[in-house]
Amino acid sequence: MPRIGVFVCHCGVNIAATVDVERVKDELAKHPGVVYSTDYRYVCSDPGQKLIQDAIREHNLTGVVVAACSPCMHEATFRTACASVGLNPYLCEMANIREHCSWVHQDKEAATRKAIELTRIMVEKVKRNQELYPIYIDVTKRALVIGGGIAGIQAALDIADGGYDVVLVEREPSIGGHMAQLSETFPTLDCSQCILTPKMVQVRQHQKIKLYTYSVVEDVRGYIGNFEVTIRKKARSVREDLCTGCGLCMQRCPARRDGIPSEFDRGLGTRPAIYTPFPQAVPNVPVIDREHCRYFTEGKCRVCERVCPVKAIDYEQQDEFVTERVGAIIVATGYELISPSLYGEYGSGRFKDVIDGLQFERLLSASGPTGGKVLRPSDGKEAKVVVFIACVGSRDRAKGIPYCSKICCMYIAKHALLFKHRVHDGESYVFYMDIRAGGKGYDEFVRRAIEEEGACYIRGRVSRIYESNGKLIVKGMDTLSGKLIEVEADIVVLATAMRPSDGFEELARKLRIPYDEYGFFSEAHPKLRPVETTTAGVFLAGACQAPKDIPESVAQASAAASKVLGIFGAPRIEREPTIAVVNETTCTGCFDCERVCPYNAVERKEIRDRRGNLIKVVSSVNPGLCEGCGACVAACRNKSVDLRGFSDEQIFAQLSAIAI
Amino acid sequence: MSDVVKLTDMRLKEFTAEVERRSGQRISQCYQCGKCSSGCPMAFAMDIDPARIMRLIQLGLRDDVLKSNTIWICAACQTCTTRCPQEVEIAHVMDTLRIMALEAGYTDSERETVEALSQFVENIERRGRVFEPELALRLNIALGRPFKDFGRGLQLFARGKLPMLPEKIKGLKELRSIWEKVKKLERVEGERHVNAHETQHS
Repeated sequence: MPRIGVFVCHCGVNIAATVDVERVKDELAKHPGVVYSTDYRYVCSDPGQKLIQDAIREHNLTGVVVAACSPCMHEATFRTACASVGLNPYLCEMANIREHCSWVHQDKEAATRKAIELTRIMVEKVKRNQELYPIYIDVTKRALVIGGGIAGIQAALDIADGGYDVVLVEREPSIGGHMAQLSETFPTLDCSQCILTPKMVQVRQHQKIKLYTYSVVEDVRGYIGNFEVTIRKKARSVREDLCTGCGLCMQRCPARRDGIPSEFDRGLGTRPAIYTPFPQAVPNVPVIDREHCRYFTEGKCRVCERVCPVKAIDYEQQDEFVTERVGAIIVATGYELISPSLYGEYGSGRFKDVIDGLQFERLLSASGPTGGKVLRPSDGKEAKVVVFIACVGSRDRAKGIPYCSKICCMYIAKHALLFKHRVHDGESYVFYMDIRAGGKGYDEFVRRAIEEEGACYIRGRVSRIYESNGKLIVKGMDTLSGKLIEVEADIVVLATAMRPSDGFEELARKLRIPYDEYGFFSEAHPKLRPVETTTAGVFLAGACQAPKDIPESVAQASAAASKVLGIFGAPRIEREPTIAVVNETTCTGCFDCERVCPYNAVERKEIRDRRGNLIKVVSSVNPGLCEGCGACVAACRNKSVDLRGFSDEQIFAQLSAIAI
Repeated sequence: MSDVVKLTDMRLKEFTAEVERRSGQRISQCYQCGKCSSGCPMAFAMDIDPARIMRLIQLGLRDDVLKSNTIWICAACQTCTTRCPQEVEIAHVMDTLRIMALEAGYTDSERETVEALSQFVENIERRGRVFEPELALRLNIALGRPFKDFGRGLQLFARGKLPMLPEKIKGLKELRSIWEKVKKLERVEGERHVNAHETQHS
């Protein structure tokens, strides 16, 4: 016979004000199987937990129901309390009479009746609960980091410094990401490359880091602790093992004269067909851009092969696939900027001198196409008046991007300031809606740009830009003075919105992680689990989760790394035992469950007789992968799958308890 | 709606700079919170509230600022200065603007106020202390309405609230020399700025 104890929590007045907790206690005391029923002000408090533990001992309870808040809050608290006195934790359940009852109702009588019913339902379930034991999985103590921007670099270094192997995959020819493109960084004006390149070099030199550049994650199989990752190494056409990075090939490449727009300089500069994105590239091994290479397009040339002193050029190189086994994955795929072509009224694409924030970074950068001079892309003349427009695409519901891109306020202030440093008699105008400068030293930085560097801030959105006599006429409004404003600019910089990097859908599918409506990967909990995804063992870092600046990306990367180190530090991983199990006797092998499983947890298992003859093939659930969602249970036609802790029997008992 | 302000042409940076220099205040520090305006006891009578005056100075829109009645309505009570979170002494800026408006001949918006102030100053300069009957009469004559408030004046007389004769003060000579010195300083300052304007516009 079950001996259930019921503990009804007041939660101060959170529950007690709307629910007559004493009546709930009394009614439950009468319920069949309940041998002990009580109420308490805060059951989650130490004395409250002691109440449960004492009752388990005194009344020899076989199950515990705590009628209180959501199990998301305190299930672990109560289960641990039960376990400490020898009751299997999975025999303890919570009836949610707060979020599901007292908080959402006003009528005390009705709320009390509902609370009684919710608690009864849970008693009926607990009566049928079985003892469950956590699943332990061994862990491959190696990590995969996807994306070699500052977030990925930081995460890789932190894990590697912790003593574990890291595989870092970057799809561009060099690591560095967007940070490598920046001239200086706010609010301290450190030279971006100067603080980034030492970390890039560290990555290359680190014994524990295996670096794959010009490579993409092709496929991910497995589960936390045991992922199997296939990586496609794109054909570089240059042998990494031979190349010394002398750069002769790049100097001699005839395509240099044709001027292929440099991706790194965002089209403001050119590069040859065999190239490294920038001089400090890691690895310092060029790639051949086969779309523009004369040999690949016209079948003749081979100049680079002739000049290469170490014979590192290999035109025959093919994409190569390698498999790496890892125990945890950090996604740090970063961001892109939206295309300004969304804004016809700003003339982007038509006017050469209307550029985006990253392009302006390249103009400011000493290693940029203009050597750090702010020259107009159209005629190469020095710009005297620069207009910056904030929130281009951000906070624009009509364009489908209602979110704030977060970094623009700061980088515009930086741009205005640096422009003043480069062109002393220059004037900068900033059209903005709000200045969002929350961060250490951030607001002070913006004020510095305004008060000391004379940036003229105008509060309002620009309605239109047009060209007149070689100048860009910017029409906006200053809502502070109520004046309509026109500025004649040499360059207009659009602070275009941040969006996730290309290919996020595909990667999300491979990793089985969710993303929001804009494509930013979703964290498991917005406040309490900000670096984890809902897929165990996969973590997030940097702007792939939401717009972020460098300090935030680095902080999140280190947080994700510490999560990974936490997994690697434990001897084994403990997983919830509430997973699906297949009844192999009744399973007919239709594999509907396999089709519906969002976690690829269903595997095929051969059943053989003693002589080894195949009898049938049935489904089998991989306990490492199963997240206990129950989709397979619903899909199974002959009830051969059940969810531990949520069996059909338990659910039906709960349903019939409602009818009482 | 106002006319379009072509900032690249119309923004007089030297005006902003002049106000900043002569007032000793960093107008660029104003971040337009509006606390000065919302606490200003005279704002109801101003055509442009104090915060907006600061904004117009930032944008270098000289005419708008100097033509406004705000600078004359300001009672110099210093409430704005006391409360400004960015440490801008707004009342002091108003002083500067009044001087600049007088120099530039922008006195139309509040002729009475301007006249009253000038007569007041002139009275003190001459006598060392205000002689009210004379001040009232001179102001009335200057404004072309000699008998305004005449009845009230008589009542005040009757109750001994207005003196019959001006009071003499000690050290009138010294006071005059101070006055001369200040005037000279102002003149030099004013001319310097007028010259600066001319060179920049030629």
